[in-house]
Amino acid sequence: METGKQKTFVDKIWDVFASVKLAAVIFAVIALTSMVGTVLEQNAEPAKNIRILVKFVGEAAAPAAYEFFSRLGFLDMYHSWWFLTLLFLFCANLIICSIDRLPRIWKLVTAPIHALTPDHLEKMSIKRTLTMKGKGGAADQVSASLKAIGFKPVQAEMDKDRQVYAEKGNYTRLGVYMTHLSILVIIAGAIIGVFFGFNAFLNLPEGQTSSVAYKEGGKEIPLGFDIRCDNFDVEYYGESDMPKAYKSWLTVLQGGKVVMQKSIVVNDPLTFEGITFYQSSFGTVPDSAAHGVAILRAVSKDGKSEEIQARVGDTFTIPGTGIQGRIVNFSPALSVDQNGRPFTYEENMTNPALYIEFTGPSQRFSGWVFKRLPRTWQLPDGNRVEFLNFWGVRYTGMQVRKDPGVWIVYLGCLTMAIGLYITFFMSHRRIWVNISEEKGQSKVLIAASAHRNRAAFERTIEKLAGMLAAGNKGGTK
Amino acid sequence: MNSSVLFGLSTVAYVFAMILYIAYLAFRRNQVGVIATTLTMAGFVAQTFAILLRWKEFYEIGQMGILRAIPLTNLYESLIFFVWCLILAYLIIEFRYRTRSFGAFVTPIASLVLAFIDISGMSTNIQPLVPALQSNWLLVHVMMSFISYALFAISFSTGLMYLIVKTEKRNDPSYIFWTVTMGIFVIVLAAMGLDYLTFKFAVKSQEELIRSYLFRASFRSGSGFVSVLSLAVAAGLLYGIWRYGGVLRKIVGSFDLSAETLDDITYKSIAMGFPIFTLGGLIFGAIWADQAWGKYWSWDPKETWSLITWFFYAFYLHSRLMRGWKGKKVAMVAVLGFVAVIFTYLGVNLLLSGLHSYGSQ
Ligand code: HEM
Repeated sequence: METGKQKTFVDKIWDVFASVKLAAVIFAVIALTSMVGTVLEQNAEPAKNIRILVKFVGEAAAPAAYEFFSRLGFLDMYHSWWFLTLLFLFCANLIICSIDRLPRIWKLVTAPIHALTPDHLEKMSIKRTLTMKGKGGAADQVSASLKAIGFKPVQAEMDKDRQVYAEKGNYTRLGVYMTHLSILVIIAGAIIGVFFGFNAFLNLPEGQTSSVAYKEGGKEIPLGFDIRCDNFDVEYYGESDMPKAYKSWLTVLQGGKVVMQKSIVVNDPLTFEGITFYQSSFGTVPDSAAHGVAILRAVSKDGKSEEIQARVGDTFTIPGTGIQGRIVNFSPALSVDQNGRPFTYEENMTNPALYIEFTGPSQRFSGWVFKRLPRTWQLPDGNRVEFLNFWGVRYTGMQVRKDPGVWIVYLGCLTMAIGLYITFFMSHRRIWVNISEEKGQSKVLIAASAHRNRAAFERTIEKLAGMLAAGNKGGTK
Repeated sequence: MNSSVLFGLSTVAYVFAMILYIAYLAFRRNQVGVIATTLTMAGFVAQTFAILLRWKEFYEIGQMGILRAIPLTNLYESLIFFVWCLILAYLIIEFRYRTRSFGAFVTPIASLVLAFIDISGMSTNIQPLVPALQSNWLLVHVMMSFISYALFAISFSTGLMYLIVKTEKRNDPSYIFWTVTMGIFVIVLAAMGLDYLTFKFAVKSQEELIRSYLFRASFRSGSGFVSVLSLAVAAGLLYGIWRYGGVLRKIVGSFDLSAETLDDITYKSIAMGFPIFTLGGLIFGAIWADQAWGKYWSWDPKETWSLITWFFYAFYLHSRLMRGWKGKKVAMVAVLGFVAVIFTYLGVNLLLSGLHSYGSQ
């Protein structure tokens, strides 16, 4: 920011955008408006937000308040024009501020360190003085000590003194710029995602195939391939109703040929040609008993076993015996209470059960067979019917996303992490050691500076002074 | 020996340490200070073992690998971990800066959190992980978030102490700021204590107390008289703190901590906390959300409040660069930053709803 000269209008605008003050204002405005955005539910039905507003302003004023916030775009604020404008101002601020300051910083970074007059050194923030006995060799000893603490020293001849100096970490001054740049990279990645990607969902019943996903509002998005749900299942912790995993077995097909197969769970999605499928929900198709195929394994007393697929109403035979089972009824989520009586958990297939009537040459019996209760698989006559699956009645609900910008966002995140590390944990450190010879002694002045974390560097200088002083006492160094 | 016994022991140790640290301030007896430090360290060791034991217990129940069994999956466990980080950070500061006075400000935070766990009656059971939480990112995300929260808590208390020692006149905005902030803390805690005493027997499920009974015993009472009385008492408390804040200034002023040291600790803990929060809280949180829900950022209340917190601290870092802001104004930003942290962690779970299943068990 030059002073004195008459400033043009453009200069003034530039100065505003180059100031940290504007950044502070924008931080504050984004933070405050976002708070409102977390209280009002975004993209919700009006009734929901009116109910929230009633709690703040009362029954009477709530509709007017709703109208007010709705006009200002607070009900979808992160996509409103003014929020995007704020983000734009934020980026402009960041870019202009960086351009404004970079030349000066760049000079500090690239200009090599040079010898300074003792007067200048006296003004440094970190200083130590000591004397070393003996003529000559002091400069070399200083160089050696500097090398020992990781610096690359340079020696120079002053008018009557010698000076040894070194610097480290001059590039760390750019850490702040890296951090700021990373924010722009992340925003760029997010914008690419918005323009070239999509967010959709797909509810796919077991056994069915789809070549499209659906956006909110029902718009179809072609995938460019087919996806089939082979199976969906929920795993539980033991016999409890605490879900352990939601799992879908998916197959990707191109031109009728299988090109990929994978089972997905909540934290492990499937990605094919840039489109990713995430396990997000599940449900039961209407009229499940009629649609579903029960998959059973019938095992006879003497160990003969056979896998069976049957619908409700079908009859099957237990291999090697004359016993026939007829599936009479199906329940999506039956369990037994303490008295052994069955009760249902509604439609969510928590514990599917089949009611099967068995008729044999000599006996008849019937009962419920539960998918998750293996003890119900055992028949009274020693044969067994294992209930493996009730297939074809559930759909898996998946988020379907394409986001070509996500890697740019991650790149930005990585840059930010490195930038912050450099900014806060590293620093540009410089040391000058001035040696003047007086009456057979070397008077040594150590002066140093660090652009941050001075206390830590002071300890290093302390160590250096200790090393020089120890060398002085006739150590082997 | 199971983990809850050890947790109980550490709680007792911290509460006694708090009393001793305050006594140390009042009487300046060195032995008292040494016992306070010893108790804090004993509590810390007990808590460390408790966390490890709980990890082992969780591992045996959860059946899903050692990393997934880290006890950081619900409100209870994460608050315990927060206290652990806070005490660790405090002990480091005590040894680095060779000062004990600060203990009288940190151990109360730890005791309050432990009391909050007890009062809210939140679930302390070990529960297996629901599918959304079965991610290795969870471990680093939650762990780093809480390390940064602990550092922010330190900066909050040093920032507040800085304001206390730096303000003299009662009409100074920063004096009003710290007395009001402290007043609100006291009032909210007192009101929650009342809720607890009144509704302890009425509530069955965890956190129902806070969800449906918050301030019902005071401000939001059915009886108009009680609410007006509570407001009057609250106003009286605020006035009292404002009127007699000078006493606190004298006490804090007599500490072996200069205003510069306080400012230095505030900055240092934010300078550590900010990058840790950025990486662990925001970036790893985004990666986790990306894998679990297919969106690295969805503006849900929890995420948005993390971002708000982040902006507060970015504001803090930049306000130090602005002319005329160094000192008291910057300290106020540090204090407000931690208010945002508290809301991000507790407010969003208890008052707003979100995608995050935290605390909803
Ligand atoms: C959320 C966005 C931002 C983040 C996370 C961020 C982060 C940082 C950090 C960590 C520092 C170092 C602070 C310190 O040394 O204590 C810094 C310094 C700085 N920031 Fe930002 N910043 C952001 C936005 C901005 C914006 C919009 C501006 C525009 C003016 C800006 C201008 C500066 C300047 C001028 C410095 C000082 C650089 C120096 O010391 O040479 N920042 N920023």
